[in-house]
Amino acid sequence: MPSYSLNINSKSYVVDVPEGTSLLWVLREHLGLTGTKYSCGIAQCGTCTIHIDGKPSKACVVPINGVANGERIKTIEGLSEKGDHPVQKAWVEEQVPQCGYCQSGQIMQAVALLEQNPKPSREEIKSFMNPVMCRCGTYMRILKAIERASESSTL
Amino acid sequence: MKNDPKILPERGFTRREFLKSSGGVALFIGASGLMSQLISCSDTEGIKEQLEKHPITAWVQITEDGEITIYNPAAEMGQGSMTSLPLLFAEEMDADWSRVRVEFSPQESDIYGSEGWAPGSKLMFTVGSRTTKAYYPVMRKAGAQARYILRSSAADHWGVPLAETSTKNSEVIHTSGKKISYGDLVPYLTVPEDMPDISENDLKKQEDFELVGKYIPRTELPSKTDGSAQFAIDIILPNMVYAVLERGNLHGASPTLLNEAEILAMDGVLKLVPFDYAIGVVAKSLEQALSAKKQLNIKWGDSPASGFNSQEVYATYEKIANQADKGRILNEIGSVDNAASIAAKSYTADFKNDYVYHAQMEPLNAIIQVAEDGQSAEVWVGSQQGPDTKLGVPDILGIPPEKVNVHLQYLGGGFGRRSMNDFVEECAFIAKEMAPLAVKLMWTREDDVGYGAFRPLSLQRLRASLDNQGNITGFSHCVIGDGGHLVASGARNDHYNIPNQLVEWRSATHGVRLKHWRAVGHGANKFAIECMLDEVAFQQNMDPVALRRKLMANSPRALATLEKVVEISNWNGPLKEGRAKGVSFVEHGSLGTGVCEISVDRKTGKIRVHHFWIAVDAGVIVQPDNVKAQMEGGIIMGMSSVLNEQITIKDGRVEQSNYHNYPLLRMQDVPDSIETVLIDSNEIPEGVGETATPMVAGAIANAFLKLTGKRLRHIPFTPERVLAILNS
Repeated sequence: MPSYSLNINSKSYVVDVPEGTSLLWVLREHLGLTGTKYSCGIAQCGTCTIHIDGKPSKACVVPINGVANGERIKTIEGLSEKGDHPVQKAWVEEQVPQCGYCQSGQIMQAVALLEQNPKPSREEIKSFMNPVMCRCGTYMRILKAIERASESSTL
Repeated sequence: MKNDPKILPERGFTRREFLKSSGGVALFIGASGLMSQLISCSDTEGIKEQLEKHPITAWVQITEDGEITIYNPAAEMGQGSMTSLPLLFAEEMDADWSRVRVEFSPQESDIYGSEGWAPGSKLMFTVGSRTTKAYYPVMRKAGAQARYILRSSAADHWGVPLAETSTKNSEVIHTSGKKISYGDLVPYLTVPEDMPDISENDLKKQEDFELVGKYIPRTELPSKTDGSAQFAIDIILPNMVYAVLERGNLHGASPTLLNEAEILAMDGVLKLVPFDYAIGVVAKSLEQALSAKKQLNIKWGDSPASGFNSQEVYATYEKIANQADKGRILNEIGSVDNAASIAAKSYTADFKNDYVYHAQMEPLNAIIQVAEDGQSAEVWVGSQQGPDTKLGVPDILGIPPEKVNVHLQYLGGGFGRRSMNDFVEECAFIAKEMAPLAVKLMWTREDDVGYGAFRPLSLQRLRASLDNQGNITGFSHCVIGDGGHLVASGARNDHYNIPNQLVEWRSATHGVRLKHWRAVGHGANKFAIECMLDEVAFQQNMDPVALRRKLMANSPRALATLEKVVEISNWNGPLKEGRAKGVSFVEHGSLGTGVCEISVDRKTGKIRVHHFWIAVDAGVIVQPDNVKAQMEGGIIMGMSSVLNEQITIKDGRVEQSNYHNYPLLRMQDVPDSIETVLIDSNEIPEGVGETATPMVAGAIANAFLKLTGKRLRHIPFTPERVLAILNS
């Protein structure tokens, strides 16, 4: 079985998995980084959103061999030391999550938005956040939390 | 007899515990502090039995440094039980909320259950919006009992009368001003000889609440923002193996595997496990199990669903509705036939509802480890629990329930789907084969959709009869569909004053798996009722609000929600060009009236919801912000199901497979605002999880009628359907 070196949250990991194994299974089942969730497996719901070289990406459709050449992978676990990234703080202040299952994906998507557009309009937020679904229907609070994080912007 | 808590064995107990069972309370003093276990029986044998099973079960634990752990007996699926129930306990205990930690209680309904449906029974079952209502008296009384013990222990310690003590913020206070913290009291805790039963009068008055009704952030939310909240799917155990099943999309069809040898030869595959309706694959890794699942060559037999076409069945349902014979009568007041025979006007309409799917974001999964000797098991699962808190596992393993330990995890969405145990039983069946290896059983999203258990398809035929004054004198509601309560709930009108009413259910069976789906039959039935009222108003040229106002004259609480929502939505105010408002009322435990404002793109048929306003009377509000969150989420889920979601079945096979062909509402389609007003009340709290969702269809369809003069009577209101209606 081939061996792959990964750079995740600024740490090095080595995993032995078949070529083509999805990064999501590697993160979750091999490395125990379970903050990134599985929901659809076909890049439709955004629940598994992580950052690869700063860009929001859906881990479920990223093959391991595509990210083993020094690409910088960031997951929710690597977003902040103490869960105090401005977006995470805004998420708690607005009491966003309900079941919470999609929220890692929502937060990673929101962070990517604010990193490239620190003062997004409401329409820009809606458009950028559209790929990440929430069944509990927390969208109204996600909007408010992103606006709050944007206002307190020290990203 | 006042025992020193450090004096040990009592009635043969060997642990460091002190047992007292008078007044319905058993209190244990353990090594780390107080564990107040409340068992309603005074039967010491029963308590002893519980103790032997669960040496540290309790509602609360206090450490000497003042940290308080309160146990939550309900599932947490986003509805907030992890905060609301412990909050009730802490309120009556006068605990310092900042020092409270919350954990799930053990899954033992005889200790932690609320009142069940059968008299004298107890139940742990997070369904039907019953949690807050059912546990409101339980948690308050338990908290008050803990407070009593703390006070009496302090009184004894100080040698003062109990009446001279009070409590506040985790301290017992003497009239002299002397204070002792709950933590400092731990070494002195004793159970009073004459532990009184706590009555309603001993509980706090609503105006004295310091936590209930206030803004309290939800306890587990920080863990849901940093990836640390643990769902069952996140469990990883040493030497764990992975199981997946291929179930097909024809419910109940039996499989014949045609390439067993090939599958068994695949990398990592450990075992094939046949089920009546599926083939299970066990492999060393998840990716190996999934690869093998893809390669399975299965010949499927027929099932009771074979030949069933969901979109053609409405013609059959209409014929059933036309039959003169009544179905099962679910509610009858007066005579709707008499009312019809003398009516000045009668209106009849049919309403249709396609199947919908739960689409909880966490696909079903469970982790079970059976001991090598097969005599015990550990289960990790996100479950809405059930009449059997061990979720069917003991029967499959052939062992007593007390040998199965269920570790409840957060649920990545429930919505009713996790109140059935099919996925847990599948895992137990495989774990038995694989003992002592732990087995993680995963459903893929395709499994979750294709082998889903849906809200049933249904047809509602309603008839309203009016006298010559325009009063509704008769209202009949015939539900046709599979699943009994699943299609029929919510068809009664207890808050509309109509002298003659009939609700009946006529059954049809198709072999498709069905299940409770948020608000159950209310979704379809409130849609039909609320649209029928607006049909009457439309025909009579009446304001829909004025019509409901008249009907609610004898239901002041319902009427208050109507009046409030009329006010906050500015019902009679000016509207932007191309917009209209619609109203809809729902009772689901709590009472709510909603108003939405919509527009429609006449080229595409796409409906846009701009605003939603809700007024809700849920009795005493335990967590106001959380009630609002439930209303917002309920509206969004309602919009999603009403505007987009549709499971169709062709020749018995589910045609959808994942989110690409079962789309949920996304951020781009949210309203500009969802505004909720909570009506002040001192009535017992009612559930709020299922009040908003079933008001959506009626409100949208009623707004559409006002806007276009046309009727939406088939859920979902997809752009194609809307366009067809606009062009009709």
